[in-house]
Amino acid sequence: MPELFRDWFAARGWSPRPHQLALLDAVQGGSSALLVAPTGGGKTLAGFLPSLVDLHENPRPEGMGSLHTLYISPLKALAVDIARNLTAPVEAMGLPIRIETRTGDTPANRRARQRVDPPNFLLTTPESLALLLTLPDAAEMFSGLHAIVVDEIHALAGSKRGDQLALGLARLATLAPEARRIGLSATVAHPGPLRAYLSPTGLAKDVALVQGAPGAPPSLDILLPEGRLPWGGHMGLASMPEVYRRIRGAGVTIVFVNTRAQAELCFQALWRLNDDNLPIGLHHGSLTVEQRRKVEAAMADGRLRAVVATASLDLGIDWGAVDQVVQVGAPKGVSRLLQRIGRANHRMDEASQAVLVPANRFEVIECVAARQAIDAHELDGDPPREGGLDVLCQHILACAVAGPFHPDDLYAEILRAAPYAKLTRKDFDDALRFVEDGGYALQSYDRFRRLFRDSEGLIHIRGPAAARQLRMNLGTIVETPLLKVRLRGGPVLGEVEEWFVSTLSPGDCFIFAGQLLRFEGLDALACLVSRGGEGEPRVPAYAGSRMPLTTHLAARVRGILHDPAAWPALPESVREWLRLQQHASIMPPRDGLLVETFPRGERWFLVAYCFEGRLAHQSLGMLVTKRMEHLGMAPLGYLATDYVLAAWCAFEPQGIERLFEEDILGEELEEWMAESSMLRRTFRNIATIAGLIEKNHPGQEKSGRAMTMNADLIYDVLRRHEPDHILLRATRREASAGLTDVARIALILARARAGGIRHMALPRPSPLSVPALIEEGREWVAGGAEDALLAEAAALVADATDGAEIFGELLAEVTESIPPRGDRDRARKPRDAKRRNSRFIRSAPKNYGAPK
Amino acid sequence: MTAAAPVHIAGQRLMLDPAGFLVWPAEKLLAVADLHLEKGSSFAAAGRFLPPYDTRETLERLALGLRRWKPRRLVLLGDSFHDRHGCARLPPADCAALTRMLAGLEEVVWVLGNHDPEPPVGLAGIAAEEWRLGPFTFRHIAQPAAMGKPVPPGEISGHFHPKASMPTRAGSVTRPCFMTDGRRMMLPAFGAYTGGLDLRDPAIAGLFPRGGRAFLLGPDRLYSFPTGPLRMLARAPEAANAPPP
Repeated sequence: MPELFRDWFAARGWSPRPHQLALLDAVQGGSSALLVAPTGGGKTLAGFLPSLVDLHENPRPEGMGSLHTLYISPLKALAVDIARNLTAPVEAMGLPIRIETRTGDTPANRRARQRVDPPNFLLTTPESLALLLTLPDAAEMFSGLHAIVVDEIHALAGSKRGDQLALGLARLATLAPEARRIGLSATVAHPGPLRAYLSPTGLAKDVALVQGAPGAPPSLDILLPEGRLPWGGHMGLASMPEVYRRIRGAGVTIVFVNTRAQAELCFQALWRLNDDNLPIGLHHGSLTVEQRRKVEAAMADGRLRAVVATASLDLGIDWGAVDQVVQVGAPKGVSRLLQRIGRANHRMDEASQAVLVPANRFEVIECVAARQAIDAHELDGDPPREGGLDVLCQHILACAVAGPFHPDDLYAEILRAAPYAKLTRKDFDDALRFVEDGGYALQSYDRFRRLFRDSEGLIHIRGPAAARQLRMNLGTIVETPLLKVRLRGGPVLGEVEEWFVSTLSPGDCFIFAGQLLRFEGLDALACLVSRGGEGEPRVPAYAGSRMPLTTHLAARVRGILHDPAAWPALPESVREWLRLQQHASIMPPRDGLLVETFPRGERWFLVAYCFEGRLAHQSLGMLVTKRMEHLGMAPLGYLATDYVLAAWCAFEPQGIERLFEEDILGEELEEWMAESSMLRRTFRNIATIAGLIEKNHPGQEKSGRAMTMNADLIYDVLRRHEPDHILLRATRREASAGLTDVARIALILARARAGGIRHMALPRPSPLSVPALIEEGREWVAGGAEDALLAEAAALVADATDGAEIFGELLAEVTESIPPRGDRDRARKPRDAKRRNSRFIRSAPKNYGAPK
Repeated sequence: MTAAAPVHIAGQRLMLDPAGFLVWPAEKLLAVADLHLEKGSSFAAAGRFLPPYDTRETLERLALGLRRWKPRRLVLLGDSFHDRHGCARLPPADCAALTRMLAGLEEVVWVLGNHDPEPPVGLAGIAAEEWRLGPFTFRHIAQPAAMGKPVPPGEISGHFHPKASMPTRAGSVTRPCFMTDGRRMMLPAFGAYTGGLDLRDPAIAGLFPRGGRAFLLGPDRLYSFPTGPLRMLARAPEAANAPPP
């Protein structure tokens, strides 16, 4: 390291950390490198150090070719923050380096200037990089590129944004073969796949691995609510008084929760307890960006004592001064928990202070399991999955927009991106054909082709329209339709999902942005609200926002349950509960599968202790109930928690083995996948990313949205007429890899086969089954369920109106003779039924507003 | 077994078919609205390559209705093609299928719509802005009531693609629907690529000031609900002008 740098470190009383020097060595030796280090280890500086040194020794002239280092982060805010942090050492050492950011927020004139006169360091996001690569002068701009720094690489690899970035990196390798790659990652279970992800060849061996020293182990408390330990629920509100005391006792606290709904409720509960008027803030992904920035700024300035946050704060800028992290609800995964804990005290040699607050009995065991895993230095997390074909389609069009290409060259380039290393030529050709004209077997779109081939086999784009379309739809984040929430005559508070608003009637109240709000109505663009309101408030929930339990943590939970020797680590009330279970039934075995059946009410229940996470259980529930139907057990419904699958049916379930045979993944899976609403959602996202349908642009006029096609209609037609189309293949592939967790279902079934099924036919529910039976959010058996519900509702309305309206009479006279008052009464019945049972809508608890 | 629902309008018995057809048994008449044929190719021309099977799908469904009801007359209530060149873009196989279908009928009426303001070329039948038979007037867009006067009974129309959401105990279910107040009848859109407009949208609600009854489509039956006046959430007037697709 040059003198200048050593002095700079020394002047601050610092010395370079070993991993910073090791990374510098590796990169100066011409190699790409992955740095794995805990938070607070000076990772970012390590990543930039080789570039700072190189520019110190070899200053770059202004103008084209001046771009030296490209930094890519998953968060815009992070890019901006890093730019600010780098300015200090650059100015202190007087280095001739210009640093700029380029994100969606960068003004057009600066973006234009950056194309003519790029800075030395450009800090950006995967989306902005993808846009840069479509520019005709991209080759020139990146020609002198020396280093690419990918921050928080563990958060990108394995996601669709990660796929897009991997393809972008492959492109960059073609434009600037000299550029070395530097990856910065939090501690992960599988550094191997991350090295491969970063590698210019797609092979892990071509990337050096630099491991930072592990930080001090965190100090981890488990906090139980005063009084009785709840049987169910995930909100953890019973523990808020204790959490509040902890907040009061510490300097600055982050209270992490698992869902946005939980964030709203905990925030409210804390403020009701807040006799000291402590400044406590709220941070989640549905609040407006300005609001989030305000909270972050207040936090950075030390003006807040606590902030209640969701995953929106998992990543992000370093605040330094956080003293403790509280995790309310089960941690769900060890790596994520560590990441969150790491937000407290960003100095790696001091122990982070963290408190786990389980909300119910199972969560207590999960918290204990997580603590043991952390003590044992075990991490979880799945290796990245294969790259999505939808992202590939978008990338191919982007390449065509950038300039003509030969398909053989592009295919070879894409194979060097690790997520696509196994891409078959057929999939590539099909993706190319899709971009060209939709790629349908029925070739009726010849004359509308977007691409054409010249005599040398190069592929060109036809006309500027496709380029415009691509730039409008670039990116892999597909938003669900959202509506702004606006205070009447006041500011926008944030956004909620459109379907939630569709369940509200004027006068209803709900909790959002930490306030009790009354729904007033809709205007063209927003949901209008006023402050206050009466009645039981609701909390907007967001589809699919809960993370499932990881395989690794689930195995530990199973291990604790199975082994009474491990129970002393548990609190007495939990031990008592497990002893009751031992007495009434048996404990779930470590290998094999425990299935309990018992009668209750007018029906039979079946509870399977699978421990493979909610998503897998949800899918398994669909499959098992389908088979129950075939076997004549008349299933009525089922429910999935992270730990168990519970199903209920009209007749006593017998021959349980047949329900968990591995062939369930054949016929039943196919049958279900065809109808599944999850698959429809997956298809909608894939069709949007691939460019088949327009992206929803936030704030777009309703009339604009009316022009977009309903993806469900396309899905139905395509499935009937061309079931093997590339987008349907992509949908099935993605669903079985992630959304439906088919791999984890296979694990359950394999365990059941190897270890055997222990079937306990009980006279009544077992203690372990109770949490599941009181769980919210039931799924109804698929296959005409929607129609059965409609028929029920129609019959209900007919009953409520006493058959006063028999259609076939002269309806006009009937309707006109009914006074408006009567109309209101008729409408009430179904709406009340909806309130009680609506699937995703959670009501605040009855005693809401009066904790204790 | 598919169950059609009987309704009485203007003293006549009509049948509503869950596939989206309206049938007038006394006249052996079958009416259907908003086929939007060749919507796929219309989007393809703009660079969105929707699966090109929508026309085939729609015609197959239409053929089922013709086989089930064996009508003498077919009334297409407008927007039969997604744009004015749609007819010319019909793939030869689909065009032949449609021609065969129409050949089996005594009378075919193409009511003209906003998407297809010109009669189709080379297909059997007559074209009209409005067509009357007995007490009924068939038109594409329902006419708002004149100030202070009740709507004369007997209007049958399409255009708005009505759909309705019904609350059930497991969340609300949204389906295309027939809508009637005993005087006028609005048909759901029939085409494979046609979306819907909520009944409560002022554009539809304004046509049914006293409410009426909605018939939601199901695979083999209709689900009928009284709606009450469709007074609903206040929306800004500009949203009301958004034409349905």
